Amino acid sequence: MTPHTDVRHADGTEASTSEVLLVEPSALSPARRITTTVLRSRELSIFLVLIAVTVVATLKNDSFLFSSDGWRNFLVNPSLLLLLAVGQAVVIITRNVDLSVGSIMALTAYLTGRLFIDQPGLPVVAVFALCILAGGVLGLVNGLLVAYFNVPALVITLGTLYIYRGIVLSWAGSDRINAGDLPSGFLALGNKAILTIPVLTIIALAVLAVVGYYLYTARGGREFYAIGSDPDAAVLYGLDVRRRVLAAFVLSGALAGLVGVLYTARYGTVSSGVGSGIELQAVAAVVIGGVAIFGGSGTVWGAAIGAFLLVTINRALPSLGIEDFWQRAVVGALILGAIVLDRVLANRQATKLAEAREMTA
Amino acid sequence: MTGTATTVLELRDVSKSFGPVIALRSGSLAVEAGSIHALVGENGAGKSTLVKVVAGVHRRDSGDFLLGGERVDFGSTSESKAAGVAVIYQEPTLFPDLSVTENIFMGRQLLGSGRRIDRAAMYAEAEALFERLGVDLDPRRPARGLSIADQQIIEIAKAISLDARLLIMDEPTAALSGVEVERLFAVARSLRDEGRALVFISHRFDEVFALCDTITVMRDGAYVATHLTEDTSSPAIVAEMVGREVADLFPKTPAQIGEPVLEVDGLQARGVFHDVSFTVHRGEIVGLAGLVGAGRSEIARAVFGVDGYDAGSVRMNGREIARRKPRAAIEAGMAFVPEDRRAQGLVTEASVARNVASVIRGGLARAGLITTGAENRAAGPWAGRLEVKTNALDMSARTMSGGNQQKVVIAKWLATEPDLLIIDEPTRGIDVGTKAEVHRLLSELAGQGMAILMISSELPEVLGMADRVLVVCEGRITADLPREDATPEAVMHAATRQLEVTG
Repeated sequence: MTPHTDVRHADGTEASTSEVLLVEPSALSPARRITTTVLRSRELSIFLVLIAVTVVATLKNDSFLFSSDGWRNFLVNPSLLLLLAVGQAVVIITRNVDLSVGSIMALTAYLTGRLFIDQPGLPVVAVFALCILAGGVLGLVNGLLVAYFNVPALVITLGTLYIYRGIVLSWAGSDRINAGDLPSGFLALGNKAILTIPVLTIIALAVLAVVGYYLYTARGGREFYAIGSDPDAAVLYGLDVRRRVLAAFVLSGALAGLVGVLYTARYGTVSSGVGSGIELQAVAAVVIGGVAIFGGSGTVWGAAIGAFLLVTINRALPSLGIEDFWQRAVVGALILGAIVLDRVLANRQATKLAEAREMTA
Repeated sequence: MTGTATTVLELRDVSKSFGPVIALRSGSLAVEAGSIHALVGENGAGKSTLVKVVAGVHRRDSGDFLLGGERVDFGSTSESKAAGVAVIYQEPTLFPDLSVTENIFMGRQLLGSGRRIDRAAMYAEAEALFERLGVDLDPRRPARGLSIADQQIIEIAKAISLDARLLIMDEPTAALSGVEVERLFAVARSLRDEGRALVFISHRFDEVFALCDTITVMRDGAYVATHLTEDTSSPAIVAEMVGREVADLFPKTPAQIGEPVLEVDGLQARGVFHDVSFTVHRGEIVGLAGLVGAGRSEIARAVFGVDGYDAGSVRMNGREIARRKPRAAIEAGMAFVPEDRRAQGLVTEASVARNVASVIRGGLARAGLITTGAENRAAGPWAGRLEVKTNALDMSARTMSGGNQQKVVIAKWLATEPDLLIIDEPTRGIDVGTKAEVHRLLSELAGQGMAILMISSELPEVLGMADRVLVVCEGRITADLPREDATPEAVMHAATRQLEVTG
């Protein structure tokens, strides 16, 4: 196939670059293909929204960004949700969903406190490892139930959401973990920064980078997309669908386990109600970030920016003097807008793709 | 049939059953390298099951399965793929969200350094593949929106990049236009000339004779004969495909044919069926014959009002029925037993009584409530009459055999006391004994003055049961044969007729 210098419609008018990118990407030069892809990406547009929200909030009150507290909050607050969103994105890409992450996070947050109280002298690294492992095991339970019982993940993880939360409630009771129970070195981790970048944020971005790189460059990563795009086709292709779905849930659980430790390090107090409802925020971040709710497309980069946007909006709106009702309404509108936009764009793209082939046929 | 050194695939007496249903009795096939081998037979002759055994979708129950002279036993599609078998289905299954190139290489992407996917190499190879196949497809575009012909080309590209030695194409031309068929054939011939073995399944005899070197005929799940294409003819193949006495199996008793019940006039749904007109009279069984995908079920669904249509009219007992209103059709006296009874006709989790009573619930309700007692009272006589073998009416319908499920669905509709029964594939997946019972029931109902429109892919069933046979081919009625003129040859001829002037 020879690259054309320009692409024309059947009626002679020149097709827009974004349209060519969709229906005949090879006709563009590599550089133009990359720039158009980036310019047209969902990731960039919500990133611009994030910048706009930040700028407006900062203009109103410059301590939103330019105080040491403001800067730290800007980076740290979204980091935990970002980690959950990364795991959730991988699960949703495979056409599943994990609603149990908030409960897993609560379990490992309390586990962190108990480990420090009951096993003094246990190194911090071991606590991290144990919590990630615990989260992974809980994720494995989700994955096994979904992969082998042929029940929608929505139902399975709704069930485990309550079961895992019930475990925390009966284990912790009215007991609380307080900052005084935790080693100071561990608590410092939650507030430490390297070159003004909080350690928590660095951890979150590192995880994001690894998962994002894996999804784009590894066979396993591409198979997540294939399974979400058409699960039946994935079986006919001979892909190991069960193993991949299992892996997605283990990853999501392990990241939720990690978030539990980081939560304890950041806030110092843990009660049995930690992380209630955060699973829906994670799903919202993923959807806003452009991951299709029925799987098969989207990136963890988008989900990460979505998490940042969601948290930043929640922090900016009160400082802009917007009432509580409208704060929630804005987030709701954002989610609905993202989903409607996805549908409209997907339908338009499908039509264009079909038309383009009919023209050449 | 004995294998030679160049025999790529050899199957001997392969069988496969699903529960009580025998899908493949004794399938045999020997395919040589560098040849295109046609596999023909009626719907339900076992071709697709045979293909699925080779592809590793199903595991055979017995028989020999040799690939390249070695015994094999595939438990999954990935195993057959690794052994060099590629199957191209009538409707390919691709990942719409992923690029054409990713679709070709999914699961075995080319890897660069550090086991990372090498996209540049994959695009280059995809381009080379498309160039070789002579198609202009952008390897970077998503698979969404591609025509079935393009999707098949991707499947073929996949097979070539796998270096498959055996390609099986299951009715690949069913949804293709003339130009696309030519392109596919050119590709198939060039693959043959490279020394690969191809199996081509088709109902279109002109294509079989134009493309294939050898023809194997199957019937009733068993091997019938293999011929070199130049030594045989289309009528001879048809005779072998049908070849059996049909009269005794299907006890149709003559019934008094009365006034018209259903009149369909000029029905059309763009791209699905065109200019469909027919009449069904009281006491008459009209068979709707044709190949799978010809549009028979679609016509039935439109008549009943499940699907819409663009033009034409449907009249019941002289009164016109509004389109897209199944409720109105039921009230006018229509009943519809769909093809996939598990999905469409039966609430398999519910009790027999509840299923039977479900369409007449309005009439059963006392002060808005329906009691189990009322349901059982209403269902009892019907289930009894159909000899549904369930221990109790509150037994869950799911645990019953296919034949009994079918009777429950029929009972469900008979409870509405219809004038017209539309029944799609009445005996699919039913054992022989129960088949005869369903046939006897249909015959009885016609005798009582009910009009019956029966869709069936089993030619003997249509010929044995129907007073009149309508043949559908590519969305048009190509023949209207009275019982005495309806020979297997006449029906097959009308069903495989290539309409030269299609729009």
